[in-house]
Amino acid sequence: MPNPMLGEERLEVVKVRVALGEDLIKVKTFRDDLFLCVARERVVDALRVLKEDPDLGYDYFCECLGADYSAWTHERDLPGRFEVIYNLMSTRWFSRVFVKVGVDDGQTVPTAKGLFLGAEYPEREINDLYGVVFEGNEQTQRFLLPDDWVGYPLRKEYPLGGEDVLFDRGEHGPAIEDVSMPHAGESFDGKTGSQGVSGR
Amino acid sequence: MSAPHTFMPTTETVFQRTGENTMIVNMGPQHPSTHGVLRLICELEGEVIVQCKCVIGYLHTGMEKEAEYQQYHKCTVMTDRMDYLNANGTNLAHALAVEKLLGCEVPKRGQYLRVILAELSRIASHCVWLGTHALDLGAMTPFFYIFTQREHILDMFEMFAGVRMMPSWIVPGGLRGDMPDGFDIKLNAFLKDFVGELEVVENLLVENPIWKERTIDVGVLSGKEALELGCSGPIARASGVAWDLRKSNPYSSYEDFDFLVPVGRTGDVYDRFLVRIAEMKESCKILRQALDGLPEGDWNTSDRKIAPPPRAELDSSMESLIHHFKLYTEGYRPPVGEAYAGVEGSKGELGFYVISDGTNRPYRWHCRPSSFMNLKTLEVLGVGRLIADLIAIIGSVDIVLGEIDR
Repeated sequence: MPNPMLGEERLEVVKVRVALGEDLIKVKTFRDDLFLCVARERVVDALRVLKEDPDLGYDYFCECLGADYSAWTHERDLPGRFEVIYNLMSTRWFSRVFVKVGVDDGQTVPTAKGLFLGAEYPEREINDLYGVVFEGNEQTQRFLLPDDWVGYPLRKEYPLGGEDVLFDRGEHGPAIEDVSMPHAGESFDGKTGSQGVSGR
Repeated sequence: MSAPHTFMPTTETVFQRTGENTMIVNMGPQHPSTHGVLRLICELEGEVIVQCKCVIGYLHTGMEKEAEYQQYHKCTVMTDRMDYLNANGTNLAHALAVEKLLGCEVPKRGQYLRVILAELSRIASHCVWLGTHALDLGAMTPFFYIFTQREHILDMFEMFAGVRMMPSWIVPGGLRGDMPDGFDIKLNAFLKDFVGELEVVENLLVENPIWKERTIDVGVLSGKEALELGCSGPIARASGVAWDLRKSNPYSSYEDFDFLVPVGRTGDVYDRFLVRIAEMKESCKILRQALDGLPEGDWNTSDRKIAPPPRAELDSSMESLIHHFKLYTEGYRPPVGEAYAGVEGSKGELGFYVISDGTNRPYRWHCRPSSFMNLKTLEVLGVGRLIADLIAIIGSVDIVLGEIDR
């Protein structure tokens, strides 16, 4: 089925721009996928337009995921260290749209739980692995990790090796002195690393 | 004696008790009917569930972190271990996402072979579901009957890959190898018998009064609710959502095949059972068409930067040798960008979101796990039902904890 269009532009872009105005920061297309980069505070409004507009019908909440851009060396779509990417699908057009927001340490993203109940779990996962706080879906406990785990493992500075995996009482997490060391496999350049590896 | 351990979520801290005279019951993580290491904490008023919460993470192995340190083709082996019942489907989703990032096309024969593997995986996964779901509700016979059929499928995977459960055979760029000799004979024999064998099991249950008593009107989910919860696949279809990614957004040549999408009416446990049974029969149709119409030719992309050269070329061509060496030591470098590819897995939409920064490893590698999104339905559907119904609902949601925790 073709994507909904309005003239040259995708209908989703037009509708979200009307609702959000300046808060629709950037529209990107990569490999035929549509990415709408919106301001953090307005993300629920953007999702609501996509869901509730009868011409769009993005009523299927596929997922949301986080990404840490602190080691990114290329051009960014959004300011802020982290990005949260919402993946919605329209059961009317069977097209997909990705809504992206940028968020920094200490900032919060409003939760989409009220709009899509299914957002609760992925948001908790992002909170657990990145430390991004969702307003309205705050966590008192760890989700995927043990309750006494220290740190947010999917952050780029968090080392791969060196965890103490004994589940006894105490403070666990990575060996702090190993923080900047690469993993004992290969380096990011595709060459095999030989020295300065993390792990015990 | 030291102080009690505090790192495990206790039943009291997971949720606020709502009633005065309620009882909190813990189920799992080592409970046979939670299908793995799922832990459920239920607040009960008599035998009725007031609220129910899932506690997960017992199988969390940090695969998404690990992937950021591996080359793209080396990530493939982790994908099997996520949804280990539908390993080929997960391989396929990962391969499609990386191929989308690379902008690479797989020849028709490769696409058809992928369909064969993915559909066999779907049947195998549904076989496990049917067996264990029936076992949970007290019917022991279907488990033994249907697992015999699953063995035949695993034998076929073994013919392909030498491995029964984790073939890792579908890789970005195509497959690891062509169809083995004698596979078509084996698959033909399987297809000849399977539907009959399935009907034997189906007939044990479909009009069985105990089965109907336990499943009809239990765990009713509306289509709208299912979509808002992020449910996909058989669960959404049982609730009346006529949507299958193989039809709506065809990938890997699914548009070539003629099959139907079964849709339920009420969205209860019984409908989910019927939808999955019908789906297995439709998968057989796809398999028959894919095997009969299997095109000749190459099964890998001709881009030697992505797929390895044929083994015979290595002895005669220096270029092939270099390509082979570079592919397995350095891998390939997709352009900067991000791509998502989703497939219709056995449990719902199964997708991979990969962000590339132009190096030979993923900058971010994320799996969209179908069971993880489907899991939330337990908390919704369990409320107001008897605790015995919760067992039926868990079985009908068909979860795999390897995929939920990753």
